Amino acid sequence: MTMNDVLKSKTFAVGTVVLVLIAIWYFSAVMLNAPFQRELDERAKLSPTTGQFIEATLNQKRPVLPAPHQVAVEIWNTTVEKRITSKRSLVYHGGITLSSTMLGFVMGTVLGVTLAAAIIHVESLERSLMPWIITSQTIPILAIAPMVIVVLNAVGISGLIPKALISTYLSFFPVTVGVVKGLRSPDPMQLDLMRTYSASSFQTFWKLRWPSSIPFLFTSMKIAIAASLVGAIVGELPTGAVAGLGARLLAGSYYGQTVQIWSALLSAAFLAAMLVTIVGFADKAVRRRMGIMQ
Amino acid sequence: MTDIQATDAASGAGGTAEDDAFRVIEARELCLTFETNDGPVHALSNVDLTVDRGEFVSFIGPSGCGKTTLLRVIADLEKATAGTISVNGMSPEEARRKRAYGYVFQAAALYPWRTIAGNVALPLEIMGLDKAERAERIARNLELVNLSGFERKFPWQLSGGMQQRASIARALAVEPDLLLMDEPFGALDEIVRDHLNEQLNQLWDRTNKTVIFVTHSIPEAVFLSTKIVVMSPRPGRVHDVIDCNLPRERTLDIRETPEFLEIAHRVRDGLRAGHAYDDE
Ligand SMILES: Nc1ncnc2c1ncn2[C@@H]1O[C@H](COP(=O)(O)OP(=O)(O)O)[C@@H](O)[C@H]1O
Ligand SMILES: [Mg+2]
Repeated sequence: MTMNDVLKSKTFAVGTVVLVLIAIWYFSAVMLNAPFQRELDERAKLSPTTGQFIEATLNQKRPVLPAPHQVAVEIWNTTVEKRITSKRSLVYHGGITLSSTMLGFVMGTVLGVTLAAAIIHVESLERSLMPWIITSQTIPILAIAPMVIVVLNAVGISGLIPKALISTYLSFFPVTVGVVKGLRSPDPMQLDLMRTYSASSFQTFWKLRWPSSIPFLFTSMKIAIAASLVGAIVGELPTGAVAGLGARLLAGSYYGQTVQIWSALLSAAFLAAMLVTIVGFADKAVRRRMGIMQ
Repeated sequence: MTDIQATDAASGAGGTAEDDAFRVIEARELCLTFETNDGPVHALSNVDLTVDRGEFVSFIGPSGCGKTTLLRVIADLEKATAGTISVNGMSPEEARRKRAYGYVFQAAALYPWRTIAGNVALPLEIMGLDKAERAERIARNLELVNLSGFERKFPWQLSGGMQQRASIARALAVEPDLLLMDEPFGALDEIVRDHLNEQLNQLWDRTNKTVIFVTHSIPEAVFLSTKIVVMSPRPGRVHDVIDCNLPRERTLDIRETPEFLEIAHRVRDGLRAGHAYDDE
């Protein structure tokens, strides 16, 4: 590998970005935590050297912005060092959030595809349904989530289902829009062909429209699964849920545990990246099977 | 299939039963006007056409003269705005519902997620044929267009010409009595084209199918046809109908004979006259 290849490689590019981000993060941590550290030092009548001062800003117990290594240690301690059944394990909380994310994602995808199929078959539905579907997405999820949780709790439904419903609410929309577009993507000649065979609209759907929409479906599902995760986390906030990444965020902010907040945040981001990647792999596998990957 | 159509046609109204039994297409004063943003386009104007069972009829004419539109009206992919047309003694819609014809489009229109065999199987699945019957028809028709061995390839792995041949196999697999072909060989090179012309001639001769064939090529039209319909544009109409009484069994050598050249000459004159009319 020549120097040139190294400079051009993807790993190198990603690595550079990560290093730059970490540097900015450390710098910001020092700047943001400095005022409080100065206060502490004054009260303790200490006059540290610059090196000692910076070190102290990066190792506060409740920093304004925790340093990367503090978050890394916290994540290590709450994943590898804890049994996953423990209430303090991030894996345990991540698992709770993941389960409602997945349930909501599946329901959202099914709902989205069903709506899309209905919309392309019944012309009037597009005019009557679409405005409502779009309006539904303009209402802030933070306004809806508490109502859904409280109302469902009142009728005795709690735990996974209400959170999953919020994920469904966020994830069906990209699927509907994408799949409607996909189901309409066959060109006129492909549709005429079906007409010459006197195919039923059911046959046209399964043999032409549905396969044509698969690439669109997967693109939508990548957006939908990330939206589902957001929905699940938001769903964990309003009731002060005891488990899940959302609960960790909330508890962290109650007690000023910024390190805990940031480790929950990073875990959520990591989870989102994993989920989108998995959908991407599924996309590739399905396309290869269908023979439309060249 | 043949029996059903014969009885249907015989029981149809008008004309003697015997005439109707042989009449595949009957169009009178057919008009089709497309309403576009730039005003009406008269794609077909007062077209009269009769095609009898077993005929091979070519439509020839400059582009935009309504060849495709006329074929699409026969196939019930487009509705005439005036005039009457019957296919096998029925309305085009009824004929389409009975799968009376096979249609070959100008482009192959293969489904990219299906293999070549899968594409040929498509109409057969829709018709509800069983697996053994499907396999047999796929093998036979791919062989006919020289695509044996390509069953498991996907369309993008084949050249344009091979894709078009696969689409012809797909239309033939339906085993229709009437074949509608819209410039099926337009994109192919000369050698493949000659070969497929011979194959098509033999197929028609053997099976007594009725073929309606759109082409740009005079030699192709003369070689294949029993009747050549010369069309002219703006408005799209039939300029002349030329009978072509070459022996049913032909080889490509026939293109050197005086009879062939004589007919080709008349077609060329017809096309030129159609154009001159347009320029006035
Ligand atoms: N769907 C359509 N809408 C509007 N105009 C059309 C449509 N289809 C064909 N035309 C017009 O009708 C005329 C005949 O077209 P076509 O039948 O495709 O000609 P050809 O096949 O002989 O080249 C052309 O002027 C074309 O632009
Ligand atoms: Mg055309």
